[in-house]
Amino acid sequence: MNTLEVKNLCTHFFTRAGVVKAVDGVSFSIGRGKVLGLVGESGSGKSVTGFSILGLVDPPGRVVSGEILYKGKNLVGLPEEELRRLRGNRIAMIFQDPMMTLNPVLRVDTQMIETVLAHEKVSREEARQRSRDALGMVGIPSPDERLKSYPHQFSGGMRQRVAIAIALLHRPDLIVADEPTTALDVTIQGQILAEVQKLAQNLGTSLVWITHDLSVVAGLADEIAVMYAGRVVEQGEVNAVLDAPYHPYTHGLIGSVPSRNKRGEPLRQIPGMTPSLLSLAPGCAFKTRCNRADAACDVMPNLDELSPGRFARCVHPHVGAEA
Amino acid sequence: MSATTAPRVETPFQRFVSEFFASKLAVVGLVVISAIILVAVLAPWIAPQDPYDLAVLDIMDGRLEPGSQGGSGITYWLGTDDQGRDMLSGIMYGLRISLLVGVGSAVLAAAVGATLGLLAAYVGGKTDTVIMRLVDLQLSFPAILAALMILAFLGKGIMNVVFAIVVVEWAYYARTVRGNALVERQREYIEAARCLALPPRRILFGHLLPNCLPPLIVVATMQIARAIALEATLSFLGLGVPITEPSLGLLISNGYEYMLSGKYWISFYPGIALLVTIVAINLVGDQLRDVLNPRLKK
Amino acid sequence: MALYLIRRLMQSGFVLIAMSLLVFLGVYAVGDPVEILISPDADQEERERAVRALGLDLPLWHQYLVFLGRALQGDLGRSFVFNEPAIQLILQRMPATLELAFGAMFISVLIGLPLGLYAGLRPDGRLSKTIMAGSILGFSLPSFWVGLMLIMLFAVQLGWLPSTGRGETAMLFGIRWSFLTGDGLAHILLPAINLSLFKISLVIRLTRAGVRETMLMDYVKFARAKGLTPFRVTFVHVFKNIMIPVVTVLGLELGGTIAFSVVTESVFAWPGMGKLIIDSINVLDRPVIVAYLMMIVLMFIVINLLVDLVYTLLDPRVRLEGKA
Repeated sequence: MNTLEVKNLCTHFFTRAGVVKAVDGVSFSIGRGKVLGLVGESGSGKSVTGFSILGLVDPPGRVVSGEILYKGKNLVGLPEEELRRLRGNRIAMIFQDPMMTLNPVLRVDTQMIETVLAHEKVSREEARQRSRDALGMVGIPSPDERLKSYPHQFSGGMRQRVAIAIALLHRPDLIVADEPTTALDVTIQGQILAEVQKLAQNLGTSLVWITHDLSVVAGLADEIAVMYAGRVVEQGEVNAVLDAPYHPYTHGLIGSVPSRNKRGEPLRQIPGMTPSLLSLAPGCAFKTRCNRADAACDVMPNLDELSPGRFARCVHPHVGAEA
Repeated sequence: MSATTAPRVETPFQRFVSEFFASKLAVVGLVVISAIILVAVLAPWIAPQDPYDLAVLDIMDGRLEPGSQGGSGITYWLGTDDQGRDMLSGIMYGLRISLLVGVGSAVLAAAVGATLGLLAAYVGGKTDTVIMRLVDLQLSFPAILAALMILAFLGKGIMNVVFAIVVVEWAYYARTVRGNALVERQREYIEAARCLALPPRRILFGHLLPNCLPPLIVVATMQIARAIALEATLSFLGLGVPITEPSLGLLISNGYEYMLSGKYWISFYPGIALLVTIVAINLVGDQLRDVLNPRLKK
Repeated sequence: MALYLIRRLMQSGFVLIAMSLLVFLGVYAVGDPVEILISPDADQEERERAVRALGLDLPLWHQYLVFLGRALQGDLGRSFVFNEPAIQLILQRMPATLELAFGAMFISVLIGLPLGLYAGLRPDGRLSKTIMAGSILGFSLPSFWVGLMLIMLFAVQLGWLPSTGRGETAMLFGIRWSFLTGDGLAHILLPAINLSLFKISLVIRLTRAGVRETMLMDYVKFARAKGLTPFRVTFVHVFKNIMIPVVTVLGLELGGTIAFSVVTESVFAWPGMGKLIIDSINVLDRPVIVAYLMMIVLMFIVINLLVDLVYTLLDPRVRLEGKA
């Protein structure tokens, strides 16, 4: 059984200006110990998808339809208390900005021990022991001393390690990581990626890795889902998708990564900007920025399986053409 | 309502008006204030009696309950005080004094504060430091205490009360204007005015001040309410206006000793008038702040 | 930390000297010092003796130094009315004012914190809107008039609570306190509520703003993502953060509360410093006025210093930067 299966998830925000369909019919699944890279620009709905999985969408937003199956159990509509018992325990989350995720006025030990005690009845001493082990596991030197520190005494990379240690405290089945390396230096980024990959493999933890950085996904993920304007536009095995993307948007994204271009060749870019989710025209949301768009794009295409295990939402996919 | 959705181009003033009237509460406040000002101005003509003409007062009508009839056939809708004075008339006349002191001192404080604030921002350096230190000192000191101190030294009287309120309030204006002027000073139009070698006085009051007006108006509105409340409090303590020119605060104070015998109306109704005035001004001030504050706009 | 403390103390000393100069000028330069400092009942000979004794024939700067020297020794003159050292009169009445002010603070936290918390957690609820409207009223209501209305309702009409005086007191540390006896508590309740009204509104607004701001923080969402109970998120993660501004502002307000108790004490005939100063102003007992003002300024400085210290204790970021 898959660790997580998301089926047709719709998360909408009911603002004064209108309904924002931040996530509109997203589906994917992740097997045990697998890594899914959820890729998209800011505003594409990838973070909201992550928060929906944990049941942390705040008003005016809410999950309006769809299913989120954790080991076959639907989390949508689950009572808050049951969700709480899963959060941080079986399903953990890591946030984008490590400077903001730890409470500045509480010591690190407080913030770790409370996580242990929220889900297990153990003594404080044992909770402290577990916290210390977790810090050691993510490569923080002299964890005993560090436990007594406040967050602001750590560097950004160290704080993110602490956040990861907190996520690992209960050896969760699934971690939703919302751009956890974006705010970090490149060297630190690499260390953390390697660390997380190793830990996930050792513990059999599945990962949903939310990012806008294709190079991160390339090195880390087994599977990739590309989101655009609240929908998945392309999905499949990571190398296959990156080598020969079907959807023009994915194509454009890959073209705009410097390392994948030949030296001296001008970088390709996607013209225009992400459309406002408030005023989406019917049909393919990408059509205004797409050089392949025509009248056929005025009807929303389905997410079709174009080749085995490869899905794309496009009427004019790059199939078999330029690679 | 924003300019982008409006079908025709509005002037800033029109937009200000339409935004202000978007809040029902603020409109109610504005209507109430207008009514109060009207009553205060017209008091000598619309009040049932002249409360300070001793000839019309009948001591036999003293401390009558609201709605009772006096010896001369007049109905005292809000009762009478110990002198047999009609409370309704007393309140109308009291409003005159309260508003006069409140508005007068707020305007004076605005003039003093704005000038010093402009100077601090424009001249900078030592002048700025000295003025702002004074502002800090003033703001860290409770208004009631500073006013008490001044009145303790100067004695009571309308002018002394106004002076005390000006001393207490100028700092708010100075701080607001300085902050705003510091931003405006960087703008090109000031640069241009300087290049034209305009005299500093003209740059300060002709160019800088008009651009600091919106926040100044907001502060002034709030400070009028504060000034009215402060005057009432000082008069209640017996340190404010003299007995010959009773403001609302003094009326309330006069009723204090009859309170314990259950004659509530002598203090109650002037208090209601005071409360309504202050709340109405604050409602308008709140809305002005929301409309005139560019930071709150999206 | 020590350096910071020394700098703060020097600042405080400067403010104190500046204030003493102001008060000195107020009493000695504005108006006739002879009339201010010498009892009006004194005859000509007594006056001349007093002028010499007080050094009023000396130049102004010299007089100020003498005044300052005496003030440093705790001598701020004798009251004409009570014929007692002014400073002693003030000190006698200080406990009554302090217990009133602290009582008001206590009430404002007791009522303001839960209401502000509720309004912050459910900003769109009907009850929250009512609370916020009420807090506007709390800012607008003239305090002395509310005091009168409280007396009328609870003392005169309902007869539940006494309206004047401190009631029965009990001794603690050699000082008389009202809050230690039931009767005293009944007496302090109305004035403390009256004095707390403005502060309740303040605490409600501060707490609500703090809660709303903190709830949007990533660390609160992270705390929820850790699976903490809503109770722990609210009362540990959010609460500890909003306590910093609330405690700071309340601490700074303590001085204002003590000053403002002048009004409340007059309404409820509460025999504290505030009542004393108003009575003294009315009979022009200037030494007491001077003593009161100097005491209040001193209290202000001490309070501000303490608030700064508490602030550094509450916020680990400030604490550690200070050490480094």
